[in-house]
Amino acid sequence: METRQSYNKWFVMLLVALLGFFLLNIGLGSVKIPLSEVIAALFGGDVSKSSWEYIVLDYRLPKALTAIMTGSGLAVAGLLMQTLFRNPLAGPFVLGLSSGASLGVALLILGAGVFGGMLGGALTSQYSLVIASALGSFLVLLAVLAVTLRVKDSMAILIIGLMFGSVTAAVVAVLSYFSSAEKLQQYIFWSFGSLGNQSWSGILILALCCVLGIVLALMSCKSLNALLLGENYAKSMGLRIKQTTLLIILATSILAGGITAFAGPIAFIGLAVPHLTRQLFTTSNHFILVPAVILCGAILMLLCDTVAQLPMSEETLPINAITSLIGAPVVIWLLVRKRKLLF
Amino acid sequence: MSSERKNTAIAAARLEIGYFSRKQKLPIATDINFDIASGKLIALVGANGIGKSTLLRTLSGMQPALEGEVMIEGKALSSYSTLERASRLSVVLTEAPASKNLNVRELISLGRQPYTNSFGVLTDRDKEVIQNAMDITDTEVLANRKCYELSDGQMQRVVIARALAQDTPVIILDEPTTHLDLYHRAYILKLLKRLTSEEGKTVLFSTHEIDLGIQLADVMIVMDKDATYVDEPCNLIEAGRFDALFPKDSIQFDGKSGRFTIRN
Repeated sequence: METRQSYNKWFVMLLVALLGFFLLNIGLGSVKIPLSEVIAALFGGDVSKSSWEYIVLDYRLPKALTAIMTGSGLAVAGLLMQTLFRNPLAGPFVLGLSSGASLGVALLILGAGVFGGMLGGALTSQYSLVIASALGSFLVLLAVLAVTLRVKDSMAILIIGLMFGSVTAAVVAVLSYFSSAEKLQQYIFWSFGSLGNQSWSGILILALCCVLGIVLALMSCKSLNALLLGENYAKSMGLRIKQTTLLIILATSILAGGITAFAGPIAFIGLAVPHLTRQLFTTSNHFILVPAVILCGAILMLLCDTVAQLPMSEETLPINAITSLIGAPVVIWLLVRKRKLLF
Repeated sequence: MSSERKNTAIAAARLEIGYFSRKQKLPIATDINFDIASGKLIALVGANGIGKSTLLRTLSGMQPALEGEVMIEGKALSSYSTLERASRLSVVLTEAPASKNLNVRELISLGRQPYTNSFGVLTDRDKEVIQNAMDITDTEVLANRKCYELSDGQMQRVVIARALAQDTPVIILDEPTTHLDLYHRAYILKLLKRLTSEEGKTVLFSTHEIDLGIQLADVMIVMDKDATYVDEPCNLIEAGRFDALFPKDSIQFDGKSGRFTIRN
């Protein structure tokens, strides 16, 4: 079919764009490094300044890789949630996973101040943050899975996710009230999200989460297509709803939970990327959409990160703010242009 | 008798339908019995809220029967696996497909899901069945349109085409003619009739078009407050089964013309 070929054309263009943004992202920053030097550093060639090689390999490459994985993972998670909940406004965090992570981190940072003693200051190292947020998302995940096994309606799961969000906000508010300014600032910095400062072992774990989540998503593509007709139709075509829902929620949780643990809560990518992708690929077929959102998510995240590191300046803006600043206008523009948001 | 049993497409024996609430039965209709041969057009009629949708949901396995048994193609419905059932029985629901962003060809192709591999790849045989489904329902011209661009009548043809693509001997439709104008109601019902006579399908549909049902259906299921009657339309008229269907204050059934008339 001719449409198939035009999709291939888009895939090639997106791959090229991804490579371009990847190199651009590594080249730009507080110090501008020429393209040829970036490539030399990446492929072990001769770099004219040893500091450049250090910046590229030890700082910017891990950050760019984190950006790619974060963007792809969140975008896939968003697509899965939009189809599962038949709701164009769903994103990776509708299950309350980032709320769980925030709660974990808030209890660690703010709670340590409030309850004192037991949780020493040493606990607020980078790893303990990762562990706290992973634990928080994991507990929410268990709750969501327990609900999934019990309720028939997937909308109920959506509501429970929203409730987790409210509870988290409330607990964080109470903790903030009793916290010192210093602790509060620490929590707020975490909630800004951060792609940098990842160790290679951290990146490896993140990569494992992303690969596992994406493989589960790819395994669910046929079921996701059936779910486009609604649960009753899907059931009538031989789909086992419960297993499918579990698999999709598991994939989303691994993606969103893992990413939030390492990079903090990152807004809008999961919601906006599937809609942007549907502008390029006018299909609802998940066998095409899943690879497409992987590419688009990675590109958009690299772009956001390039903007966030404010080329030629020493400052770095919070990535969570940038994704919202870019994501929200995109969604508004789509709505105004198309006058409806479809999934 | 044995050869007749083999031809049974859909049957119910002492069927009780309804819901469970806290382990307690809330029956809606009881003692439903029928045994309908394949290739028939079956119209299910009854007043609003009498349980037509519940009966259809029970017959298509979307909710369990409270008592009794549904047989599809000579085998108890409850003994089919989900996938086996999907190759015997397809449905057209009142709810519109959840995604409006699907195009018509994609939507109809989804009907092949029970037969495709885990990557959903369509074989030549699948494409043939899809093409045939589009030819019968006149939906080829719509193939590249998105669902949100379709009128109600077009949408109805598309979801029927999807059921046809599922290639099942039995098709169950819940009120396929609601929201349609008279022309499209007649068009859809004639299409269903053609599916039985030309494709050999057994088609069961619920409808409020009692007069159109009487004209076209081979068998009718009439759900009344007290009982459920299953017979050919002329026998049902003779037995006066339509007379008590609705309260007599506004409309009245005229057995000669086979339609309801307004009472003055």
